[in-house]
Amino acid sequence: MLTESEPHYRQPLLKTPFHDRARALSQVDSFIPWSGYTTVDVFTTVEQEYFAIRNATSIYDLTPMVKYRIAGAEATRYLNRLMTRDMARLVSGRVAYTAWCNDSGHLIDDGTVFCLSATEYRLCTGERQLDWLLTSAVGFDVEIEEVTEEIAALSVQGPTSCAVLKAFGLEGVERLKPSELAHFTAPAVLALEGPLMVSRTGFTGDLGYELWMRPADAERVWDGLMEEGRRRLIRPIGSRALDMARIEAGFLLPNVDFVSSGHTLRIGTDRSPLELGLGWLVDFKKGHFTGRRALLEEQRRGPRRRLVGLDIEGNEPALNALLYADRTGRRQAGSVTSASWSPTAKRNIALAMMDAPHIERGTTVWAEIYLNRELVWERRMARAQVVERPFFSPERRRATPPADY
Amino acid sequence: MSASESRRNAGRYDCIVVGGGHNGLVCATYLARGGRSVLVLEAAERVGGAAATQEFWPGFKVSSGAHLLHLMPEALMRDLGLGARGLRLAAERMPTTALSVDRAPLWVDAANPSALAMLSSSDAIALPKYSALLRRLGQALQPVFEMTPPRLGTDSWQDRLTLLRLGMRLRRLGRRDMRELLRIGGMCVYDLLDEYFETPLLKGALGLDAVLGTNLAPRSPGSVFTLLYRMAAGSALSVPRGGMGAVSDALAKAAVDAGVVIRTGAPVERILVHEHRAAGVVLESGEPLLASVVISSADPKSTFLRLLGPEYLDAGFVRRVGHLRARGLAAKLHLALDGLPQFSGLDVSALRGRLLVAPSSDYIERAFNHSKYGEFSEAPALEVTVPSVADSSLAPTGKHVLSAIVQYVPYELTAGDWDLHRRRLIEAVMRILEAHAPGIRQSVLAAELLTPVDIERQFRITGGHWHHAELALDQFLMVRPVPGAAQYRTPLDGLFLCGAGTHPGGGVMGIAGRNAAREVLKSRARATMSIQDGGLTC
Repeated sequence: MLTESEPHYRQPLLKTPFHDRARALSQVDSFIPWSGYTTVDVFTTVEQEYFAIRNATSIYDLTPMVKYRIAGAEATRYLNRLMTRDMARLVSGRVAYTAWCNDSGHLIDDGTVFCLSATEYRLCTGERQLDWLLTSAVGFDVEIEEVTEEIAALSVQGPTSCAVLKAFGLEGVERLKPSELAHFTAPAVLALEGPLMVSRTGFTGDLGYELWMRPADAERVWDGLMEEGRRRLIRPIGSRALDMARIEAGFLLPNVDFVSSGHTLRIGTDRSPLELGLGWLVDFKKGHFTGRRALLEEQRRGPRRRLVGLDIEGNEPALNALLYADRTGRRQAGSVTSASWSPTAKRNIALAMMDAPHIERGTTVWAEIYLNRELVWERRMARAQVVERPFFSPERRRATPPADY
Repeated sequence: MSASESRRNAGRYDCIVVGGGHNGLVCATYLARGGRSVLVLEAAERVGGAAATQEFWPGFKVSSGAHLLHLMPEALMRDLGLGARGLRLAAERMPTTALSVDRAPLWVDAANPSALAMLSSSDAIALPKYSALLRRLGQALQPVFEMTPPRLGTDSWQDRLTLLRLGMRLRRLGRRDMRELLRIGGMCVYDLLDEYFETPLLKGALGLDAVLGTNLAPRSPGSVFTLLYRMAAGSALSVPRGGMGAVSDALAKAAVDAGVVIRTGAPVERILVHEHRAAGVVLESGEPLLASVVISSADPKSTFLRLLGPEYLDAGFVRRVGHLRARGLAAKLHLALDGLPQFSGLDVSALRGRLLVAPSSDYIERAFNHSKYGEFSEAPALEVTVPSVADSSLAPTGKHVLSAIVQYVPYELTAGDWDLHRRRLIEAVMRILEAHAPGIRQSVLAAELLTPVDIERQFRITGGHWHHAELALDQFLMVRPVPGAAQYRTPLDGLFLCGAGTHPGGGVMGIAGRNAAREVLKSRARATMSIQDGGLTC
């Protein structure tokens, strides 16, 4: 927040309300910028943090997610024209993952829409979008304002996360179904200034919740969770561990798996939701939405390329690897956008943008991986197979109520 | 009974044309001639749009919008049989006289520069050359008007062919003229006139033609382009007997003769959309009317933002439409006169033509300066006609009407509104007229001023621009009105544009209407819609 005495040019990155707590627990002092905030990359080690997500409970500071309040009599109609999904079906108390496009059907961004009431929504996105949101608002009775700084957010994810929240005092949180949201009264001892909104959402593909609160309550919530979660091995995590989990879950990251069509400069680098495997978010049967015409045409024409999952031989992550149709590496078939060793699936996995003939499940391609052997570089052509995403989707992600630990 | 007739009898039409202005009527006629059943819906009690004759004072009639006919191609008028349907010209090849307070009026005529020779012999030599150059360049551009603008960056051979033809056409100009077109195309007319002429009065008169009805002044880049545009469309001025409304009446007759049904007093409230297609319209009365194609001659902003609504369009497209420069900067002044105005040094034959008050390029430029800041000049430039001299039907015997285009008059005033300043502008124009025609003030029985705001209201043109959208290089050909709607089609299937906001613009030309009809007829006649009235979201 820009509330300290230093002028803004001396503090080019904002600090989230959790910053002091995070700094105290950071062992390697690894911070990175995210949407204008400084955030933790790694607290201790990536592996330790990753296993907190999959085996215990992780907490992750989500405050820099860009948040917009969208309210007004025509908010639903507005969102329906903006988004590729049918927002009229999103009822109060639910959250929807959705995407939005420009006129040519190219993805501007994806994000989640929280339906707070029939006339009020909250949109969470990776990047700032006010220009496009306002452009889309012409002719609609709707008000849009950015509320990123007004809302602190903490993601609590992992198999014991529900148990931690219950222990923390959120009675009935176990009844929240995936993509539902509810307001809770935190235990009186915390003396919070405002209510706590909890949604069963997340970026890990695991059982998990996201907590939305006033910045003034942030540290008290953090402290309470750390205290109650101690027995269940709660651990703060940074962006790198989350990245491993989100690749396993098959989620997209802007500027990694796609570049927003609002930012691209080169021809042919825009991506449509159909190309990104988000066709299930595109509802041609609802009313008009921006990009519909172009997407229909693309669907008629058939895909030129598609984002697919890859299972690659060996255990070296195929970071930024070029992909070829044959082992000789003469015909390029695509390129890797995200890659990781998956400790849970025990597979070497990647997300890759693949040209049309190579998008079918079971297709074999070859990944050109460069290996650093004590500064002696080796090139390896590793066999890779197009496989289904997500790579990991445990039953506990969906179970309601979740198992108690 | 043909299929289209049976549909019409069932109260359904192949095509509904929104707006009965000249382009709407032309479009409707060609659609009907192409075998479609067509209904034209006009909001006003009479067709004609801005090509209208109105009685603004008991017994006094005037062309309330456009007051000269010079852009409509003769071939189009012949093809529509306007002459056979009663259109007569009261005056043709109207002369132009440039007025000056400190010297005799100047008869501007490239074919007969003798009057000019008395002022400047070099100007008298230059004027025919200048006119010939503009005519040649204009003629090279003329076929562009008739074509549907190509789309850019497509794989369509049709688009490539159109671009190729355009290039060939310019190539045929020859090296010297082609080079000259490239050189002067983006120039300002001020500099061009300085190259040719020395007499300020002449430069003012020629400069005014370049900027009439635009948001440009002689020193604005692109003002040569607007001049070429005018030259390409045609330059011989005429007025129809009975005013411009007579053109519309003849067009309406041609439409009805072709089988078009015209309903006046039927303002459209919105365009109906069903299954992502235009399906008809709903009138302000609430009455729904169905058709498989809707063609709007309303301006692009009205069509997309009001009649259709952003909900049915992509956000980027709506932004482009919103950015369309569509504010008018010209006003109309109508005077009912007790007698024939006596312009100093002019005999009555000059009054059969038009009189220009633009004594120099700088005069126009100064008048323009005010408009940039939401003000108007006390010394505006004028194009004046006294149509009752050649057409006695417009005023009672011995009395006259005067019609003037007043430039520049901003849509929005920085301080106050038009209710507050209307009298002051009329007074300013009267002072100028009085200086050229002493005594005219005493003979004024009534005055009517139409600012762009009034033009917007009276003719239902958003922004009150007589071309619906500024005619300039950035709103021309394949970017007119906006990319995505420049081929008369719109992003919504079944909705077309045919008004002045499309290529090649307005000015009572009619070509946009004909081009649009061609595109509608080309679009494969889809299976007749079999939707139930109840299925519509009325």
